[in-house]
Amino acid sequence: MSTSHARAFVALGDPTRQLLMERLAKRPMPVGKLAEGLSITRPAVSQHLKVLHEAGLVTVKEVGTRHIYYIDPRGVDAMRTWLDKFWDRALAALKAAAEEESES
Amino acid sequence: MTPETVAPVRKQIVVNASQEHVFKVFTRDINTWWPREHHIGTSPLAQAMLEPHAGGRWYAICEDGSECDTGKVLAWDPPRRLVLAWQITAQWQFDPEFVTEVEVNFVADGPKTTTVTLEHRNLARYGVAAEAFRASIDAAGGWGKLLESLARRAEEAAP
Repeated sequence: MSTSHARAFVALGDPTRQLLMERLAKRPMPVGKLAEGLSITRPAVSQHLKVLHEAGLVTVKEVGTRHIYYIDPRGVDAMRTWLDKFWDRALAALKAAAEEESES
Repeated sequence: MTPETVAPVRKQIVVNASQEHVFKVFTRDINTWWPREHHIGTSPLAQAMLEPHAGGRWYAICEDGSECDTGKVLAWDPPRRLVLAWQITAQWQFDPEFVTEVEVNFVADGPKTTTVTLEHRNLARYGVAAEAFRASIDAAGGWGKLLESLARRAEEAAP
């Protein structure tokens, strides 16, 4: 698995980050809004957003003085791409195994 | 046609062996070809296993003896068709409540030629992914490129 996919999987392994992704999936929002109702501090939310951003899962846009966070569709698409490549490798290996083993 | 939010992964490969043999290698001998590079256990994968009947378990045995489920057999129709449940989440964990389907068809093109087609579908059930696609459509402003790629995926998904 390539580094970017590994990062995406690792980034999503944390329950708080999953929650942030779910919130952002509903609509883009700034850090303050994201932190509302959570038991963690705003700087902690920013830290999680940084991890998600580095993993290519979220992106940020400046609107006036505010930073609005969005889900980055390219990062999410990476998972499908990973499966796509995985099955390529798997079927190539199946072919090699089936052609190598004598039929019984 | 109702395209899925996320197009299935579709693959096809021609194998120079009989339909029965290819089905057998895919199932009974899954351990001989299943990619080792990634699995969900903490210990290296020792053996990939697939129980040869509907409802059978699809799992891995690790070097430390622990077992990790991948999913189960949903349809068992040798030597033509196999439907597997791939129950690994985007967080790369087995979740018995989470099901995506992998359908594999084995078509005999000749006594020693078999076309294997594989479709991994219900990828929209990767909740976060599906939500993200919806969200990104909602946030249409700067997402022209995304819409293009969605259109491409929809075309890909067309029969």
